[in-house]
Amino acid sequence: MSIHTPHPDLPPPVTSVGAIGWLRNNLFSSPLNTAFTLFALYLLYETVPPLIDWAFISANWSGDTREVCDANPSGACWAFVRVRFDQFMYGFYPESEYWRINLAIGLLVALMVPLFIQKFTRKGLLAAFILIAYPIIALQLFAGGNFGLESVETSKWGGLTLTLILSAVGIVASLPLGIVLALGRRSNMPIVKSVSVVFIEFWRGVPLITVLFMASVMLPLFLPEGTHFDKLLRAMIGIALFQSAYMAEVVRGGLQAIPKGQYEAAEALGLSYWKSMGLIILPQALKMVIPGIVNTFIALFKDTTLVLIIGLFDLLAMIQTAFNDTNWLGFSIEGYVFAALIFWVFCFSMSRYSQALERKLHTGHAR
Amino acid sequence: MAVDQNTDAVPAKAALWRRPAFRATVFQILLVLGLVAFGYYLFQNTLHNLQLRGISTGFGFLSYEAGFGILQSLIEFDETHTYGRTFLVGLLNTLLIAGLGIFFATIIGFVMGVARLSKNWLIAKIATVYIETFRNIPLLLQIMFWYFAILQPLPGPRQSLSFNDSVFLNNRGFYLPGPVFGEGFNIVFAAIVIAIVAVIFLARWARKRQEDTGQQFHTVYASLAILFGLPLIVFFIMGSPLSWEYPALKGFNFKGGIVVIPELIALLVALSIYTGAFIAEAVRSGILAVSHGQTEAAYALGIRPGVTLRMVIIPQALRVIIPQLTSQYLNLTKNSSLATAVGYPDLVAVFAGTTLNQTGQAVEVIAMTMGVYLTISLTISMFMNWYNKRKQLVER
Amino acid sequence: MNKFHVIATSVALAAAFTTSAYAGARFDAIKAKGFVQCGVSTGLPGFSMADDKGSWSGLDVDVCRAAAAAMFGDASKVKYSPLTAKERFTALQSGEIDILSRNTTWTLTRDSSLGLNFAGVNYYDGQGFMVTKKLGVKSALELDGASFCIQAGTTTELNLADYFRANKMSYTPITYDSSDETAKAFDAGRCDALTSDQSQLYALRIKLGNPDGAVVLPEIISKEPLGPVVAQGDDEWFNLVKWSLYAMLNAEELGITSANVDEMKSSKDPNVLRLLGAEGIKGKGLGVADEWAYSIVKQVGNYGEAFERNVGMGSPLKIARGQNALWNKGGIQYAPPIR
Repeated sequence: MSIHTPHPDLPPPVTSVGAIGWLRNNLFSSPLNTAFTLFALYLLYETVPPLIDWAFISANWSGDTREVCDANPSGACWAFVRVRFDQFMYGFYPESEYWRINLAIGLLVALMVPLFIQKFTRKGLLAAFILIAYPIIALQLFAGGNFGLESVETSKWGGLTLTLILSAVGIVASLPLGIVLALGRRSNMPIVKSVSVVFIEFWRGVPLITVLFMASVMLPLFLPEGTHFDKLLRAMIGIALFQSAYMAEVVRGGLQAIPKGQYEAAEALGLSYWKSMGLIILPQALKMVIPGIVNTFIALFKDTTLVLIIGLFDLLAMIQTAFNDTNWLGFSIEGYVFAALIFWVFCFSMSRYSQALERKLHTGHAR
Repeated sequence: MAVDQNTDAVPAKAALWRRPAFRATVFQILLVLGLVAFGYYLFQNTLHNLQLRGISTGFGFLSYEAGFGILQSLIEFDETHTYGRTFLVGLLNTLLIAGLGIFFATIIGFVMGVARLSKNWLIAKIATVYIETFRNIPLLLQIMFWYFAILQPLPGPRQSLSFNDSVFLNNRGFYLPGPVFGEGFNIVFAAIVIAIVAVIFLARWARKRQEDTGQQFHTVYASLAILFGLPLIVFFIMGSPLSWEYPALKGFNFKGGIVVIPELIALLVALSIYTGAFIAEAVRSGILAVSHGQTEAAYALGIRPGVTLRMVIIPQALRVIIPQLTSQYLNLTKNSSLATAVGYPDLVAVFAGTTLNQTGQAVEVIAMTMGVYLTISLTISMFMNWYNKRKQLVER
Repeated sequence: MNKFHVIATSVALAAAFTTSAYAGARFDAIKAKGFVQCGVSTGLPGFSMADDKGSWSGLDVDVCRAAAAAMFGDASKVKYSPLTAKERFTALQSGEIDILSRNTTWTLTRDSSLGLNFAGVNYYDGQGFMVTKKLGVKSALELDGASFCIQAGTTTELNLADYFRANKMSYTPITYDSSDETAKAFDAGRCDALTSDQSQLYALRIKLGNPDGAVVLPEIISKEPLGPVVAQGDDEWFNLVKWSLYAMLNAEELGITSANVDEMKSSKDPNVLRLLGAEGIKGKGLGVADEWAYSIVKQVGNYGEAFERNVGMGSPLKIARGQNALWNKGGIQYAPPIR
């Protein structure tokens, strides 16, 4: 009577676990896949090392003149970006007043932080403050003229600051209009509905650049004789109208996702239309569409670059201008890469945030 | 008593102004009045302003001589043609860039979308990096990058990069040999048309036979044979009535052949890559939307992977992809208006740019330009609605 | 509730940006607001260009400064609006700017049908061509079949087409929105020649990678008198701008410079005394201080000084006076007398 003692388990074949197994499964699972992998590796070999060499290893980081870069043409000339950095950020804003921009942006960041803290309960109040009181404070800081601040005309605003201002104004101004339009589009009143639909479809159907042209060339014709708006404000009006149509569609998505029972319950309680919308439907719908709003914000943020075509100096326009500096001709790739990097960091982090938010909110009653 | 009577009676009708229907009517009348008044106000202001500045209104300017040249025109154009014709030239250039852009963006998008879902880790990562990079950089920046940083520094005509002395690339454009159709080429052309028609009939016949008898027919090979074989045979019978005109350096520039201007290349590359990244996402979400059970069921039935993808997954994924795809096509068409930044003569650059400036007819010109884009948008969304309806009917 | 706040905010924002409607004459309005709003280019060396601190200088800018000096006795009371070629007339028509001083060509159409008034000529120009020396071209007539970089929406575009049609030659136009882009494209070799007003060619040449590698051809194919523009409807303001420019010209003719203007006050020449506001009509006709022309010369300088400083031999552009010399020095700059 021998007791059967099983052999100890054999380890899995080396080819299916560990690094080799991973490689086999993910890179070399079939001849075709192997070919793809080898091709991709070749591509990476051809592109990545020279790129890293250009951007980091051989790059010129220091120096204030182009001689440094001319001495070493195989690397990127980041000195160019460094010398112009302040202009890229602040435009033609007077150097002594930079602190005002820093303060305004720092204030915004400080105000935004509690919004991301779970335990903070007064989020609604804070958000209202950011949307209503903050723009006034920021305007005072940027434009000056009051409280002993030196007045800075809008033609001196520029760089990344202008990009941020334009996109922030675009989103804040388009939100209320977008909500009204979304409600209008879902209204039972035929005329209200068709007016909203026509408005939304009109702005969604035309390119932003024609809207900006219209704002810069045609808007002055619409106004009574002698009235005129600042060019920056005209661009902002154009952007806000354009954006409100997209915002309306996002909000409409949220309104549609609210179960019918909520509408009926609000009605059963005898709430008026505005009360049921304001107290029951919109709070739920708006919360649900935050990721959508972030996505339109990303699109708007990228689209603000178009203002350079009507002669405003946003980040991209400042970089274009820097290329004209006779002391620094020929470094356009560095300039574009720098601009691309800034835009990418902003857009990518926002899109990641919106995705995370979407996952978090997906537990609700979205269908 | 009086109190009792009141409670027993049918509740009095609400006052007129409290009835929802009445309120709605009044509100809408007010809205219409407000809009009309606002519109009238703008109209009056505009008229007054135009009169004040001595700008004539109306579309009469369209028949005046333009007096300027345009870089690229698909129809005959020189400075003696009218402003109306500049509209047409710009419109055709816009449609050209949009058509080409849609073609390339679709290819890039589908390849990258599928690649992102690839089992090959490396391929999937490369596709992800591509999508996440190009989606998050402004299109205008990309267009300018390609044009100012990549294409303009290319060598001049005399130092062109050349391939086999027939294809040239320099900072003036991409020069290709152009076909010169000889006598009798229209017969070859007719053969091509006949071949296409024949292939359509063949496909129908093959499908019908398969439905009736279950026998399959190698439609693909037969079609290829017909499509290429027939025109080629006719071509040689007619004595090869086709020659190539090679670009050659004459005077300042290359002459002859087909030239693709760098403005077009930059715009096309940027638009295709940018929109391709969005299409790739649409494709990915479409494929992911098809339940994995569908694939497993197909495999369980013994259907091969390729056929599964073609006959089971893609038709279902398309239902999700097509609406997103259409809106991307629409975006691409609207984004092609950024052409003005690099000097590609599209509708906005030529008509809303130069023509507007030379005539000063801002209102008319902008209205016509917006009208074109609106028409394109509405046409495409009408198509989308039609397509969605059709798909819904097929659904069981 | 939120909505109303937002509306209130936007109204506040709008109010902050809007300058209130002008009542009556622009002249009074400018006087009341205390500065001249001057429309300039987005950056053209020598004519209107902002340095990296954002302060403007140039020949066109000096016209605005002269008007401010005449009006307020202070040439620094000017605010600048950089404008693209496309927006410039709209900006003037809508009252966004008071003067347009942006190398703008005086033509019949612009003077008569756009509601504008040209207040003189501060630079006599003509359209020319710039080519690379390597090309070996000596005359514009050798440019048959060449490609040209042009700025969109300018008279240049039309003149070029006319010139080539008249000489039965063919050309390829490559049109860009801004003059900077045309220079960049020319520098990169996208086109064989750059065409624009000659003054602009000189200005753009210094933006090239190798300015000495490019030459401006001798031909001038058009007349381009460039000058400051005001909107129609206010003759007082029109006169002030016109005479600010004339005062600069007359000062040069009389030999008054910013350096010697104080000594000249004790001159015996009645012409000088009239200009400096010691005799004659003084500032009454224009509705400004008697020392209006003194302020211009003192703070901005005479025309010759402004020319030399901005575009002449004392500047990177190094343009010769040529046509822009005074009428008694072989040029055509001629100002009506101040008396």
